[in-house]
Amino acid sequence: MSAVVTNSAGAVMAAASQSPLRLAVRRFASRPAAVLGLIVVALFVAAAVFAPLVSPFDPIATSWTLIRKAPSWAHWMGTDENGRDVLSRVIWGARASLMAGVISVAIATTVGVPLGLLSGFAGGITDTIIGRLVDAMLAAPFLILAIALAAFLGPSLENAMIAIGITATPIFVRVARGATLDAMTNEYVEAARALGSHPVRVAVHHVAPNILPPIMVQATLAIAGAIIAEASLSFLGLGQQPPDPSWGSMLNSAQRFLSQAPWLAIFPGMAIFLVVLSFNLVGDGLRDALDPRAK
Amino acid sequence: MRNLLMATLAALPLSVSALALITPPAHAQDAPTQTLRIALREDADMLDPTLARTYVGRIVFAGLCDKLFDIDAKLNVVPQLATSYEWTDPKTLVIKLRDGVTFQDGEKLDAEAVKYSLMRHLTMPGSSRRSEISSMQSVEVVDPLTIKIQLKAPNSPFLAALTDRAGMIVAPKVAEKEGKNFGLHPVCAGPYKFTERVSQDRIVLDRYPGYWNAANQHFARVIYQPIVDASIRVANLRAGAIDLSEQIVPSDVDTVKQDPKLQLVISPGLGYNSINFNLASGPRANTPLGQNALVRKAFELAIDRQALVQVVYNGMYPVTAQAVPSASPYYAPDVKPPARDVAKAKALLAQAHVKTPVVVHLMTPNSPDVQQLAVVMQSMAAEAGFDIKIDSTEFATSLGAADRGDFEAFLIGWSGRSDPDGNLYSFLHTGAPLNYAHYSNKEVDAWLDEARAATDVAARRTIYGKIAAQEEADLPIMYLYSATNIVGMTKKLSGFQPVADGMIRLTGMKLAK
Amino acid sequence: MKGHLGKRIAQVIPTLLLVSIMVFCLQQLMPGDPALVLAGEEQDPVVVAQIRKELWLDRPLVVQYGHWIGNLVQGNLGYSWRIRQPVIQLVETKLPVTLQLGVMAFLIAVLIGVPMGVLSAVKKNTVWDYLANGIGLAGLSTPNFWLGIMLILLVSVKLGWLPPSGYVPLTEDWRQSLATTIMPAFVLGNAIAAVLMRHTRSAMLTAMEQDYVRTARAKGLKELAVILRHALRNALVPVVTLGALELGTLLSGAVLTEQVFSIPGFGKLIVDAVFNRDYPVVQGVVLVTATIYVMLNLLADVLYVLINPRLRGL
Repeated sequence: MSAVVTNSAGAVMAAASQSPLRLAVRRFASRPAAVLGLIVVALFVAAAVFAPLVSPFDPIATSWTLIRKAPSWAHWMGTDENGRDVLSRVIWGARASLMAGVISVAIATTVGVPLGLLSGFAGGITDTIIGRLVDAMLAAPFLILAIALAAFLGPSLENAMIAIGITATPIFVRVARGATLDAMTNEYVEAARALGSHPVRVAVHHVAPNILPPIMVQATLAIAGAIIAEASLSFLGLGQQPPDPSWGSMLNSAQRFLSQAPWLAIFPGMAIFLVVLSFNLVGDGLRDALDPRAK
Repeated sequence: MRNLLMATLAALPLSVSALALITPPAHAQDAPTQTLRIALREDADMLDPTLARTYVGRIVFAGLCDKLFDIDAKLNVVPQLATSYEWTDPKTLVIKLRDGVTFQDGEKLDAEAVKYSLMRHLTMPGSSRRSEISSMQSVEVVDPLTIKIQLKAPNSPFLAALTDRAGMIVAPKVAEKEGKNFGLHPVCAGPYKFTERVSQDRIVLDRYPGYWNAANQHFARVIYQPIVDASIRVANLRAGAIDLSEQIVPSDVDTVKQDPKLQLVISPGLGYNSINFNLASGPRANTPLGQNALVRKAFELAIDRQALVQVVYNGMYPVTAQAVPSASPYYAPDVKPPARDVAKAKALLAQAHVKTPVVVHLMTPNSPDVQQLAVVMQSMAAEAGFDIKIDSTEFATSLGAADRGDFEAFLIGWSGRSDPDGNLYSFLHTGAPLNYAHYSNKEVDAWLDEARAATDVAARRTIYGKIAAQEEADLPIMYLYSATNIVGMTKKLSGFQPVADGMIRLTGMKLAK
Repeated sequence: MKGHLGKRIAQVIPTLLLVSIMVFCLQQLMPGDPALVLAGEEQDPVVVAQIRKELWLDRPLVVQYGHWIGNLVQGNLGYSWRIRQPVIQLVETKLPVTLQLGVMAFLIAVLIGVPMGVLSAVKKNTVWDYLANGIGLAGLSTPNFWLGIMLILLVSVKLGWLPPSGYVPLTEDWRQSLATTIMPAFVLGNAIAAVLMRHTRSAMLTAMEQDYVRTARAKGLKELAVILRHALRNALVPVVTLGALELGTLLSGAVLTEQVFSIPGFGKLIVDAVFNRDYPVVQGVVLVTATIYVMLNLLADVLYVLINPRLRGL
């Protein structure tokens, strides 16, 4: 969660320097879809934070008499292959999956955006070096990186986040650089530069607000991708370790029982879907609310 | 009845000519035209019997490369390329070869060829066969159809090795020319010859009309396709895209059963699944579990194997407390898994003066079913005072970790061998390569060597019984369950003979139109 | 423009060298010993030592790398340790498969993603917008392997319309070939479609607020013409860049989909090679992937300049 909070806060700050914060908030609030998305994200975050209070059962308590029972009044989402309550696992899984999504994207944006900004703004040799590194990283397959990292750190959810974050970084560099180049052709940036404004000032005041919309869009999509990437890493034994749940690992173990117990795959799948959708709706709302050209 | 007849005929060389009288010769106008499509759980490795190491590779070899001997459903050694054998003394094995056998390039298979192959298995650098036949001293060609093998010391499992890849005979000229690239175009003496391989996609074998038992081969072509996902193998089977799939997983058994077009063949296997405890390999052996047999015993008593297998595998795999499969004449019937007893487990932990919960890091492969196995054990063991931490680890990593001793407990399976020596020696003997735990018991070492040297079945059975009992007391390895071979196939397919090694023997198999 | 392109081409070789060095280092970090994996079930220590010697695993990393580069210069990518096939031969058989899958997936993605992106931008904040969003996001938020298995269960097993898995080359039987690749291409394509849709929408919204679009509108051009000729054309800039990136990722990223549909492509090749510690295959395939990737990027750069009129002067 923190990434989006940080991000939007940063965005709001940047926007506030040009237009009142209140205007952005009002714009955002006038979009029902965005507000709905925010509410859903907030609900999931609340579920993740208050998991011990809201989950009806212990997510790792097994019961050999309740194996793969279909949804019922006692177990709204049924039980899994170890007789564990699926609803409780979805709630607790929100922690792992949201963290995997958000923290890895936070890592990627924190590292990627400044690099992209630098690359696009400075140009020349800096741009070339960063560009080569990004190309090399994007070309090297994700799994090699993930397995190599596991060698150092050992398999865990935290290391999976680092691995996903690192592999997601180059695309942020790319997007930030592209948007920077684009922004620099704008008249007011050109004007600011022509007037001899300090490059850092230009970057912060004129370029940064311009690159926010594409970064927002990319970040929301990347969170979705990261949640699914965590699922793939769980499959390799590099993600959340059993018995603790994440939506990804739940989907992986559900794979074996798709025809016998479809609810095992449906509910974590729906949770992923809802969260991804909501992040995107929020991202959209933010984009419109912060669009510097719409002021 | 017919299947039975064919199997008997396949095993008995003398009857082949008799069969030819009943069935019209296969190379006549009605040569088989059908294709058999077989799904494998993964892609095979090198198709060179000397260098090959995967289980699925053995399944392909069952169609490609005949062996000196085979095993039957009762694990007896039966003739294949050899017609008979005799131990003239405990160190000398004389093998008579089948007459008129040719390799798939038309070259004659004779004693020289057999000698060449055996020496290749033994001496080629990187040979995966070396340890299986390392007791071999020399091979002598007596006459074109007789070889004499001299062993360094009496070794009864040696014969069993010749029923697997070490007994496969390769075409010497081709092998000599190709060297280590032989596996790219293998030429053997099996019923189907190598045609094409697209890695990770298919291995295509075509009928070899000159095969010594060609009359019992009913396919023009056999295609092996790796399909990694178990449920997708079943989907392919149901859609009719394949005819036979090895390794149907228990959770898919009902799906196959309910399909009117499909049949299942379930038979006991040779392998097992077990937990290896690190007793003395490196610093990670310094755990209560590694240092105290009482703690290991408590761990065993905390686990209800039957319930475990019931939950994870629908009860389809038989539980066990020994490495020898129940189908083997060397199975020790009185070594049985103890019933779960949490109170006793707690008492043992108290007696051992360990602090509870005893933390156990369990390294497991990362397949979902094995992870479930670990989770179920975690929950069972928790009641007795064990805190199992699951380290699910990808295969190559776990191999390295096991070798270095970088584990506390390791959940791992073994594909199994027909001779008990293959399931025990390398795991339990001091300094043996698969003895990851560094278990060392002088008595067990002596028994293992003694059982190797003994030739009498009854004598060996007594020794293996002692080993099983001692092992259950020391508990370096806690066996969980024995493997079961579950093969799914279309009902049109007949003549499949299940043998414990899980191989798909094509002889006698037939597809109805 | 020409100078820019020349510079980019000159950067290709250093980038590829960087990739190969990175991969060599990462392999070294990976746990697990290739010799142990290759030594067979029995793990005979004598054989392990023989393998180590034969494969130069007992030599320093720099020597191994030098050996590899030396062979590469002579056009030799080595052979697979696992199945002994030359790496170049593996690449030749797998590349057409993945390229076919990639192109089909990309076409599907463009066909779904771009029109939906345009629709949702033009009909912003209407039911159409939400619907397009929902469909696009449904694709993105469904894990590939799950969708693949569901499709096989439904389309192949229940309905019997398409073969559940396997692959037939285009040259062998193009109809069968399309039949075996359409489902995996859809699975891959629909995830990319969502990405394209998002970016198309976002770029379209930006473009439609631009002065020249406003001018075009003011001139009384038909709405559709404005959208297609002016807004979409400019909106395609980021879409093309992103599209090239996505296509590049497809080369090695289609792993789980290829696994589910038993498609013997690049993704499956490289992941199996990683798990089997088949380093020559890993190095060779990464190098080829990287080369294609860099080329695609080059192409995207050129298109970027060509499409964006404001950049043409640079």
